[in-house]
Amino acid sequence: MKISSEINGRTVVLDVPGERRLADLLREDLGLTGTKIGCNAGDCGACTVLLDGEQVCACLVPAARIDGGTVVTVEGLGPELAARFLLHGAAQCGFCTPGMLVAATSLLNANPAPDEAEVMDALGGVLCRCTGYRKIIDAILDRPVADDPRRIAKVDGPALVTGTARFGADEMPDDVLHVRMIRSPHPHARFALGDLDSIRGTPGLHLLLTAADVPGSNTYGIYPTGKDQFVLAEGYVRHRGEPVCALVGTAEAVQTDVPIAWEVLPPVAMGEGPDLHPHTPGNILIRGRVARGDTAQGDIRAAIAVETGFVEHAYIEPEAGYARRVGETIEIVATTQTPYMDRDEIALILGIPPERVRIIPTAVGGGFGGKLDLSVQPLIAIAAWRTGRPCRLVYTRAESMMASTKRHPSRITAEAAMDNEGRLLSYCCHADFDTGAYASWGPTVANRVPVHATGPYRVPNVLCTSAAIHSTNPPAGAFRGFGVPQVALAGEALLDMLAARLGIDPWEIRRINTLRPGDASGTGQVMGQGAALVECLDALHPAYLAMRAQRQTEGSIRRGVGVACMWYGIGNTSMSNPSEMVIGIDAAGRCVLFSGAVDIGQGSNTVMTQIAAAALGVPPEDVGLVAGDTARTRDAGKTSASRQTYVSGTAVRLAAEALRAEILRRANAGADAAIVLAGGKILINGLVLDPAAMKPDAEGLVLRGEGRFDPPTTPLDADGQGEPYACYAFAAQAALVEVDTALGTVRVLKIAAAHDVGRAVNPTLVEGQIHGGIAQGLGLALMEEYLPGRTENLHDYLIPTIGDVPEIEVFLVETEDGPKGVGEPALVATAPAILNAIADATGARLTRVPATPERVLEALRA
Amino acid sequence: MGVYLRPTTLEQALAALAAAPLTILAGGTDLYALPQTAPDLLDITRLPDLRTISSHPDHWFVPCRATWTDVLRSDLPALLHQAAAQVGGRQVQNTATLVGNLCNASPAADGVPCLMALGAQVELVSQSGRRLLELRDFILGPRRTARRADELVLGVRIPRGAAPIRSEFEKLGARRYLVISIASVAVVARAPSDLRIVVGACSAVPCRLPEVEAAVLAGKPLQIQHLAALSPIDDVRATADYRRTAVLQLIRRAYENIV
Ligand SMILES: Cc1cc2nc3c(=O)[nH]c(=O)nc-3n(C[C@H](O)[C@H](O)[C@H](O)COP(=O)(O)OP(=O)(O)OC[C@H]3O[C@@H](n4cnc5c(N)ncnc54)[C@H](O)[C@@H]3O)c2cc1C
Ligand code: FES
Ligand code: FES
Repeated sequence: MKISSEINGRTVVLDVPGERRLADLLREDLGLTGTKIGCNAGDCGACTVLLDGEQVCACLVPAARIDGGTVVTVEGLGPELAARFLLHGAAQCGFCTPGMLVAATSLLNANPAPDEAEVMDALGGVLCRCTGYRKIIDAILDRPVADDPRRIAKVDGPALVTGTARFGADEMPDDVLHVRMIRSPHPHARFALGDLDSIRGTPGLHLLLTAADVPGSNTYGIYPTGKDQFVLAEGYVRHRGEPVCALVGTAEAVQTDVPIAWEVLPPVAMGEGPDLHPHTPGNILIRGRVARGDTAQGDIRAAIAVETGFVEHAYIEPEAGYARRVGETIEIVATTQTPYMDRDEIALILGIPPERVRIIPTAVGGGFGGKLDLSVQPLIAIAAWRTGRPCRLVYTRAESMMASTKRHPSRITAEAAMDNEGRLLSYCCHADFDTGAYASWGPTVANRVPVHATGPYRVPNVLCTSAAIHSTNPPAGAFRGFGVPQVALAGEALLDMLAARLGIDPWEIRRINTLRPGDASGTGQVMGQGAALVECLDALHPAYLAMRAQRQTEGSIRRGVGVACMWYGIGNTSMSNPSEMVIGIDAAGRCVLFSGAVDIGQGSNTVMTQIAAAALGVPPEDVGLVAGDTARTRDAGKTSASRQTYVSGTAVRLAAEALRAEILRRANAGADAAIVLAGGKILINGLVLDPAAMKPDAEGLVLRGEGRFDPPTTPLDADGQGEPYACYAFAAQAALVEVDTALGTVRVLKIAAAHDVGRAVNPTLVEGQIHGGIAQGLGLALMEEYLPGRTENLHDYLIPTIGDVPEIEVFLVETEDGPKGVGEPALVATAPAILNAIADATGARLTRVPATPERVLEALRA
Repeated sequence: MGVYLRPTTLEQALAALAAAPLTILAGGTDLYALPQTAPDLLDITRLPDLRTISSHPDHWFVPCRATWTDVLRSDLPALLHQAAAQVGGRQVQNTATLVGNLCNASPAADGVPCLMALGAQVELVSQSGRRLLELRDFILGPRRTARRADELVLGVRIPRGAAPIRSEFEKLGARRYLVISIASVAVVARAPSDLRIVVGACSAVPCRLPEVEAAVLAGKPLQIQHLAALSPIDDVRATADYRRTAVLQLIRRAYENIV
């Protein structure tokens, strides 16, 4: 069908099938990849464009409909709103940003001075998983930004707010072949591939890959001891969505049906059924334990049992990327949180040395732990290796939800005991985690949880244990908090129950028990001077009191206030997790930071740049960045465990300090001399160094500094005693909620959050992390539960929309300590605070999340 | 690849429908939300004169191209505005049609309870002529309507009556925007004794509840027994029991809001 349309002000004439989705037309036929696809079903709004001036989902519009009309995509918007998004930090990963900008433009065109409710109505159809929406609203309403030189715009922000950032699905090399994975529709089955020869001749089909075609190891896994997951299953599948074979060829050819005979086996739930792996008798993958003192201490006791379900990361960008073979090297351009682990795993899978694998991360449209595991990489790598052609794979939304890891479901029992003064004397907790079919990050959860289970309190007697248990559910892996958000639900409820018993205010009981500098944790680790939870609680107190003034505990609509605290060890648990950074000056006099830390939207590119600039003594705009390319950067470790700002940030600081020392040494200048980079030269207190006259090294640097940091920790003994982390972050949050006691619906009216961040490198980014974590915590508390096979889309699996996230007041508590992580700490306290608020409003204590209207009503009637 | 027709006259459209089975494509928000679009499509968005909602002495006419946004900008009764503002997000409201909502015949379609409570009629047209069906006779079951393959739904007629209409739509969902109803209730009062209450998402087809209407008019307390005509199911959104409880509450509120 011939179509003529004005797209971003230019007349475009095309001959395309009338039914083609406009989103595909824009991206694939016109290269306008600023329009994103997150679901292809109208559910996420990432594809929002203006059609004849009104916002529509480009994935739902047939190409024919633009004939004679006008289309505006993010590429066609003016710079003004984009600049406001940048200023406010309204784009984190940036994947939703084009849709947000377009939707906001449609509003502002019709109504240049909207109020907050109108902004929400206009943006209600665009989901964001990163920002918690608040900064987006601020940007659209053009609210003022606090004046603070640390609040620089994200260094990679301009690409995010103009639609030019390249995400996993935006790379479409010429000559590309498509890969499609065939997945098990059953959670537990044996299978036999049928007559494959019958389809091998399909025109356009280049390869049919089975387990036998994997050149190296067919198994992989996070832990060296746990390579239990299959690139392609070998006659037996342990979860729905497990890949059994793959097709490589043209887009049409890979749609060919593959004959498979299934022998369906009964699904295995956590703690039931036969062993799923020979190496995990009883399906117990691992146990964790922290024990100290005598937990019979304490007469005033309370106990609780809490249950949580699967939670889906629901990043708006589905997994995507392509691979190509360059001689004897494989290059993988894909969305990932962990390039170096990807490199090592792909090397094993292809049976080649790691030096011959190059990982080039694309912009990452949200990760939250879900992009720490391999997704598209193994099969695009094998396909490209075998065919010699670039091979690409973009997960559908259903595939992303079916195949990716999830937050561990948990069954937790806990008991706490206090003395009459409200001091915690003992705490016991056991948490069983459904780790699903494969190990993934299950061991990390099982190890981290017992350390954190008490919450950030001084408890002399502790017995906290955990188990990660296999089932035929999707592999549960890493998700913001590694099990800590789940156990916090139990601990923070117990504190409120005991406070009520003793007639002590919930805020007060926390302040009484706060872990302070000099106090020992359950693992016997003595807290350093930087433990600032008391300061957090004090910062929160006025907001808490203001919320209390709005309580309403009678009538059908009630309001209540809940408070919760959290602590979080930054980095790996008692395991080395170093980061290495290189910074230097090239012959042109430019400063370049080579950072292997992957920015997944949280802003590490900006934070590393700011830390480097401060340590070197130059403005941030003078520091260029090469990020996350395994051929050009050193291993900075994975973007997880809230570690990049702390661990990699320290490595950057050390590197930049080394470079500064080297420059000053060459200039024979004193330690406080000013360094200026200008006109290709380095000026030091009037003295000039000329990089052009120096000899560049292999990386093109004439002067360099290197930094390495591995947080000092000690191993935990059999009782979990030791120093598992070198740094802890603390926080206290309060929630004001409204409960409709007739319908069981809950609306969060306000959240206040006080976070000990050590030092905020960039307060705008820190607030963004806190807002986004709170939105995910709110989802965990009230609406999110992934049911395998039943909620594999974004209309049955609900995440908060712009209308669900309330006003958030953030208090940043800064200390003499260096910067700490905040990514995961942001989320941990939110759900417990909300559940405590529901209990405060109604007396009903929810022990199962999400607290859906139905469950709330049930609890009210119990 | 199938055919894609985009006729510019009603006659062409009806001739095409008479000649071969085609899937009618209006806003496409139901059809394109599926992973695969239907093979042979008849796109009606070029048909002339079928966009504007018209107001007549005894009825309103909502033609097949009128979107939810058009409903929001119209003088239709309040409950349709309330429903329109809660369908999907703005993007969906801007493309999705009210008629498509009826034709799609989802048990949770928000337009259906409203139009049933208003006593709307569906106007169908084919080469062999026009016919009017009561909406309750048009929707036969989930995803099933009385439309013949050669027919197009031209629009819906909503009777006006003499007195002003008081109406209310209550939708219960698990989040603020972009949410499919757990349950919905449409209440229309045309006179103190003329009350219609229709419940959505709690039966295969949204269902009018005369017993509830009688109880409400008699000032009797509402009870679960009054909901015998409903047959809610357990699904990912809620259980049947919860739906019943919630519906009673929604009805009470909706009625309170109009009296
Ligand atoms: C993200 C999202 C959110 C949504 N939220 C809601 C919601 O909150 N509430 C709700 O009720 N719905 C919701 N929907 C569903 C949908 O938007 C509505 O059902 C919509 O009104 C359908 O109209 P349409 O024009 O897009 O229909 P289409 O998709 O074009 O068609 C729907 C069906 O009707 C038939 N049809 C359309 N027009 C005619 C005609 N004139 N004659 C005969 N047959 C016809 C089509 O063949 C098809 O079977 C949502 C959809 C999406 C994608
Ligand atoms: S991609 Fe179009 S709405 Fe999600
Ligand atoms: S910034 Fe909105 S989805 Fe990441």
